[in-house]
Amino acid sequence: MPKDGGIGASTLRREDIRFLTGKGRYTADISLRGQAHACFLRSEVAHGRIRSIDTSAAEEMPGVLAVLTGEDFTEVGGNPTGWLVQSRNGATMKEPKRPVLAHGKVRHVGDAYAMVVAETYEQAKDACEAIEADIEELPAIVDMAQAVADSSNRVHDEIEDNVVFDWGWIEENRAAVDAAFETAPHVTTLELVNNRLSPNAMEPRASIGDFDSGTGDYKLYTTSQNPHLTRLLISAFVMGIPENKLTVIAPDVGGGFGSKIYHYGEEAAVLAASKRLNRPVKWVCDRSEAFLSDAHGRDHVTKIQLATDREGNFLALRTETLANMGAYLSNFATCTPTFLHGTLMAGPYRTPLVYVNVKAVLTNTVPVDAYRGAGRPEATYSLERVIDKAADELGIDPWEIRRRNFIDPGAFPYTTPVGLVYDTGNYHATMDKLRELSDVAGFEARAEESRQRGKLRGFGLSTWIEACGIAPSNLVGVLGCRVGLYDAATIRVNATGNISVLVGAHSHGQGHETVFAQLIAEKLGVDANSVEIVHGDTSKIPFGMGTYGSRSLAVCGSAMMKAADKIIDKGKKIAAHMLEAAEGDIEFTDGSFSVAGTDRQKSFAEIAFSAYVPHNYPLETLEPGLEETAFYDPANFTYPAGAYGCEVEVDPETGGVDIVRFTCADDFGNVINPMIVQGQVHGGVAQGIGQALLEGVVYNEDGQLLTGSYMDYAMPRADDVPSFTVDHSCVTPCTHNPLGAKGCGEAGAIGTPPAVVNAVVDALRRAGHDHITHIDMPLTPSRVWTAMQG
Amino acid sequence: MHNFDLVKPSSVAEAVAALGSEGAQALSGGQTLLPSMKQRLAAPERLVSLTDIAEMKGVCRGEEGLVVGAATPHGVVAREAKAHYPALAWLAGEIGDPSVRARGTIGGSLANNDPAACYPAAALASGATIVTDRREIAAGDFFQGLFTTALEEGEIVTSVRFPLPERAAYMKFAQPASRFALVGVFVAQFADGVRVAVTGAGEDGVFRWTEAEGALSADFRPEAVEGLSLSAEGLLGDLHGTPAYRAHLVKVLTKRAVAAA
Ligand SMILES: Cc1cc2nc3c(=O)[nH]c(=O)nc-3n(C[C@H](O)[C@H](O)[C@H](O)COP(=O)(O)OP(=O)(O)OC[C@H]3O[C@@H](n4cnc5c(N)ncnc54)[C@H](O)[C@@H]3O)c2cc1C
Repeated sequence: MPKDGGIGASTLRREDIRFLTGKGRYTADISLRGQAHACFLRSEVAHGRIRSIDTSAAEEMPGVLAVLTGEDFTEVGGNPTGWLVQSRNGATMKEPKRPVLAHGKVRHVGDAYAMVVAETYEQAKDACEAIEADIEELPAIVDMAQAVADSSNRVHDEIEDNVVFDWGWIEENRAAVDAAFETAPHVTTLELVNNRLSPNAMEPRASIGDFDSGTGDYKLYTTSQNPHLTRLLISAFVMGIPENKLTVIAPDVGGGFGSKIYHYGEEAAVLAASKRLNRPVKWVCDRSEAFLSDAHGRDHVTKIQLATDREGNFLALRTETLANMGAYLSNFATCTPTFLHGTLMAGPYRTPLVYVNVKAVLTNTVPVDAYRGAGRPEATYSLERVIDKAADELGIDPWEIRRRNFIDPGAFPYTTPVGLVYDTGNYHATMDKLRELSDVAGFEARAEESRQRGKLRGFGLSTWIEACGIAPSNLVGVLGCRVGLYDAATIRVNATGNISVLVGAHSHGQGHETVFAQLIAEKLGVDANSVEIVHGDTSKIPFGMGTYGSRSLAVCGSAMMKAADKIIDKGKKIAAHMLEAAEGDIEFTDGSFSVAGTDRQKSFAEIAFSAYVPHNYPLETLEPGLEETAFYDPANFTYPAGAYGCEVEVDPETGGVDIVRFTCADDFGNVINPMIVQGQVHGGVAQGIGQALLEGVVYNEDGQLLTGSYMDYAMPRADDVPSFTVDHSCVTPCTHNPLGAKGCGEAGAIGTPPAVVNAVVDALRRAGHDHITHIDMPLTPSRVWTAMQG
Repeated sequence: MHNFDLVKPSSVAEAVAALGSEGAQALSGGQTLLPSMKQRLAAPERLVSLTDIAEMKGVCRGEEGLVVGAATPHGVVAREAKAHYPALAWLAGEIGDPSVRARGTIGGSLANNDPAACYPAAALASGATIVTDRREIAAGDFFQGLFTTALEEGEIVTSVRFPLPERAAYMKFAQPASRFALVGVFVAQFADGVRVAVTGAGEDGVFRWTEAEGALSADFRPEAVEGLSLSAEGLLGDLHGTPAYRAHLVKVLTKRAVAAA
């Protein structure tokens, strides 16, 4: 039995009380005295040269305080990409400048090129309409293949073929991989599209810039998953405001899914406007703007080939991918299709030879960046689809072909041919668990029952692995990352024994306030209710690289454990003094410090009190106070993995797909709060189902966004998903972090899409549609029906 | 949204008078008009609310069928028409979500004549009469293409009169994002024949599938339309479905409607 509120307890989420009663405090809820309101003017054409922008009429409009354009930001820097990726030929990638406001050219529909600040938002919006911009429309570059082929038309004039890099992973292995394909008894080839997604966090982005002319300090309230990273980018790259003069506060944030990792131009713009006007300047994005300006996700076009012998043993794998970057490089854009994608192409399999080629292509579309799963869903989807196709071609059962190729549970640590070392795992265990929970034996009866109702039933299997807990800084440094990826925590034990924990990881739906308190309660033997988690304010917390890539528990949680160890060490010293014992004789268990083998003890609260009221205290050797900070830089990634099973019913008359059963068996390592883990998996699976069946950003050939609202962009709703069966009882604890935890946030979004597509293809093939080997996502009724027509 | 005046008349006559002023527009449930104002696609100077006019509200069984006040919200129709015209009530209950059904009205839906809206199919298949402040218009004459109706400037729909069929059913195949009708088919059988109205599919909005009407008038079974096929010509194509797919769905849904009627 887990301790109440400790590790392993399904403690209810304490933050939900304020969220569900409307007491959350989001950026848009914050009103500063004297604040003015900003509105951005966004390009209506996908590609155009700005000849002139006449703001004079707008400046005369009622309530208008300032109108800014790209000209106002020529002296400041650009928003950088966080990873410099090398091309196969050794050349460094091309990095176009990304200005605060578009300058010279507009490069996608929604590219902001002017900003109006007025007394009210409506006045600012009215004035935007009065700006007269002379923009020469240029042909839009939308299709990636065309972008690469036609160097006469360029998104950025200086990048001639619209290719940012041409990456080979691992280039030295290429010849061996190709040779294996030459001689392989069987080769399965699949071409597929990983559809572009719009993140659609429930809370749209918002930012308030607040410059204090008395102190020269800037404050930015913003919807961020990582306020320190945003501060770093603004300070070091964009505005040059020293970090000690800039505070970034990310208060309650209503979901991010990646889209709020990045620094956006609007954040710099409100800071600059606030300084100019000497007033706070607030901007709240509306939903239509969000579709046009939040970083999108995925958008890969891939050819994947799997070489096998006749028994289905994997011999070699190679892929060629065009990865859409959109019009500018967003902060993680270059790392997502490379180090978060190519390095995962081995999956949980023993494939000895793997080669991945990715070309990153600029187009006149919204920038693309990491979105829940980030690169790993793309890798998993390609791999799990081609494996199903190979199994079908070879006449091998999909379970069996996977089983034959899994890395043996005894083979860890396992070095993959794509540069990772999996520390631990047991892929047989999760797949066996899935098989048991999926009632495979009952499938035929269920399929028959469906048939009676005129429906086609199919089953789809996928296995997945991800590298999360990002990341060892020295490793990512070698790979081109411009920052370190550790995290930090301060444990501040207050004088009366309650505890504030200041953490670098930001919570925007994950439930950190609950889970992190559970960790501290368990470790320090205190009541979870006496622990408060503080996050999201660079002026309070030591440092942090934020929340993404399922890293918060594995990395920030480990930093908390390290800080807690320091607290315990210091507590022992204090206790030794108070109990007149040797420090080595002090034991700490269940919240009390005792002298080993005696009943003499001091409670945690007594030690804390003594640290702050040091009357009986070793002042000569020990500082008063009980506050410790730790940074934790992981030794390796963590490798959660699992197996997913999806059962669908296809309506052969309409092509409509119904997901009737969905089962997950995951290995997340040690689990702190099972209820929250279940919730994370539920959300991820729903997003995965969204990608597989419903969602897809569509541009027309002029670069106009056709899916610019919920009228055309289909988000999953409650009735699109079944009741999930979720299991995480298979546990191989992470070997290199103090919690043994691996991370669960992205799992559902990674494992789900191939399971769904495999299930639909299975249903159709079982019904005799032998010509169908693949359908691109989203599998809308119309696409499924059209495929069935042959 | 631009600024506007709001007037709330309590009679049709007052409403008509108020609509006489420059830049005035009728506001019913606001489920279509307000979002387009927020997006600045519409900027009326004065909104004339119709929802306080008692004579325009309610569902009432009369001699000539069922009379639904134009300002009656979908949710009320779903409840109150059930005993008299279950297919109509079901249609109303499938529109949007609870908040849309609490505000959106039949008059607004018909006047707007969205090519993917549900009510136009019911009106056309039922051979309904659209009653306005000045005249009566047969449904067949009322719908005149995408977002276009026979209504004159300032004319208000006050009620809709539905003859009651012997049997009827509406089948809606939802567009995945908006959940409006990707295709919707309303089949109604009257003593003098069957009417089949199709929404969501036509380039010119709601239309009757006369071929199916003939076949079903002779033999009201799903099999009766089996041999027919609707031409994809003149049908809508967009990212949710090609014209061919829509043509196919029309037939599938017609059969299902007949089976359900
Ligand atoms: C989320 C959502 C989902 C929806 N789903 C569906 C769906 O599945 N199926 C469906 O059919 N509809 C759907 N709708 C539309 C809904 O039915 C609206 O109620 C309808 O389109 C408009 O009705 P309203 O009363 O809100 O009209 P308003 O928005 O008030 O007005 C619409 C237009 O009609 C005019 N008008 C209104 N009343 C009259 C009148 N009595 N006489 C003359 N002109 C008038 C107005 O001036 C305006 O031009 C949906 C709407 C939303 C927001």
